[in-house]
Amino acid sequence: MSIPNDSLNESYSLNVNGTLREVRDAWLGESLLYVLRERLGLPGAKGACEQGECGSCTVIMDDRAVCSCLVMAASATESRILTVESLGENGRLSDVQQAFLDAGGVQCGFCTPGFIVAVHHLLDQNSDPDDEQIKEALSGNICRCTGYGRILDAVKVAARGRRDGVGS
Amino acid sequence: MDHLLELLADHDDASVLAGGTDLMVEVNLHGRRPGTVIPVGGLEEMREWNHRPRSNSVTIGAALPYSDMERGPLAELLPALAQAARTVGSPQIRAAGTIGGNLGTCSPAGDILPVLAALDATIHVLHRDHSRDIRFADFMTGVKRNCLTPGEVVHSVTVPLTRGWQGYAKVGTRNAMVISTASACLVHDAEEGHVALALGAVAPTIVRAVKAEAWLSRQVDLRGTFRVSPETAHEFGLRAASETSPITDHRSTAEYRRHAVSVLARRLLERSAS
Ligand SMILES: Cc1cc2nc3c(=O)[nH]c(=O)nc-3n(C[C@H](O)[C@H](O)[C@H](O)COP(=O)(O)OP(=O)(O)OC[C@H]3O[C@@H](n4cnc5c(N)ncnc54)[C@H](O)[C@@H]3O)c2cc1C
Ligand code: FES
Ligand code: FES
Repeated sequence: MSIPNDSLNESYSLNVNGTLREVRDAWLGESLLYVLRERLGLPGAKGACEQGECGSCTVIMDDRAVCSCLVMAASATESRILTVESLGENGRLSDVQQAFLDAGGVQCGFCTPGFIVAVHHLLDQNSDPDDEQIKEALSGNICRCTGYGRILDAVKVAARGRRDGVGS
Repeated sequence: MDHLLELLADHDDASVLAGGTDLMVEVNLHGRRPGTVIPVGGLEEMREWNHRPRSNSVTIGAALPYSDMERGPLAELLPALAQAARTVGSPQIRAAGTIGGNLGTCSPAGDILPVLAALDATIHVLHRDHSRDIRFADFMTGVKRNCLTPGEVVHSVTVPLTRGWQGYAKVGTRNAMVISTASACLVHDAEEGHVALALGAVAPTIVRAVKAEAWLSRQVDLRGTFRVSPETAHEFGLRAASETSPITDHRSTAEYRRHAVSVLARRLLERSAS
């Protein structure tokens, strides 16, 4: 249970996107965001604030959408972690990713992976969210470019697609 | 649990890690170098809650995330707790953050703390060699200070269930992702005929407005449902605010905080009187 303080050579494994991934010689204080990006070659989750404010680092951990910058990676060995890279199949975009493109919800794209993960999480629980529910679900994700209007449109497009039985 | 308490007792430098939403900010941005880290999120007994009808109370594990308090049966039993939980940060923060962490940090702006104060919660603290039950009023001792000693961990909190309205409200600079400028929790106990009011972010610790509470009991019979005049509600707010000692800092001024908390107290009282 405890993580000892010989802090420069932690080795542990993480269950990421369904695969056990070895993390070697890491520092104890490393965030999951850092480990995903710098040690496991998964740069989808983005880092901006590193204090839970922007949501660009959002991943799914044990069916909850969390900020990976606030997860101590070495404490997540028992968790199932899903990153934006796990969405879509065989190089095809997921329904939410496609909807973001179609609705023009992507400008510079920095915030996009965090939004995509948060929207997947929302729609997996509720495929018919109203505007308030969408805004509430995305209140932890910041976008500096779009003004959110088209992101809202994209969520509605994806939601409609799911209700009509298109996409996953 | 025993193993965890052993580890905690054996490591002076140990930090308990729950949701990480305070601790990791310290590590990422303020150069905190954790020694031994003891995660508690995996301990089932610290992540569950139980309704105890015999003692008419609810016990909540210290590592239960806020998102589990926002809705469902726990929210029905403790609406003020659900409302406070809903105001914390963002969905991502609420999916991780816990009561144990709010108590560990003990910020005067911690949103759960006024609820624990108004409900007169008991904090269950464990150590390898002893256990303690501490009233919230004795637990928080100052700005970001509590009475925990090395080797201790908050296991759970117990709050009594009361019949009557309860609610939480806070003022901040916007609606989402905001630390309280001032906050208040009001709990009406219709059987005892009492209203409890706790105020956050307006003093070094959470303030119970005991004088305003007592004054109100003299003005109004608080058993069952009750009504208050606008004048009484207004004065209740002013009296409550006079029991606080707010400061001016980067989030707000003392004057504004005192005003805001009087408005919160008045509104909560008006909502509780129907
Ligand atoms: C973006 C953002 C927004 C936020 N918004 C709010 C807000 O609106 N309102 C609010 O109140 N807070 C807010 N916070 C602060 C934080 O989310 C809360 O204080 C939360 O309750 C901390 O819980 P945690 O489980 O994440 O604690 P952690 O970070 O895991 O721990 C915090 C401290 O408590 C100690 N600790 C944790 N569990 C225990 C235990 N069981 N026993 C003893 N000590 C323990 C730790 O050692 C550490 O010192 C915000 C934080 C962020 C990053
Ligand atoms: S980088 Fe994690 S929330 Fe901003
Ligand atoms: S598209 Fe640029 S931050 Fe959102």
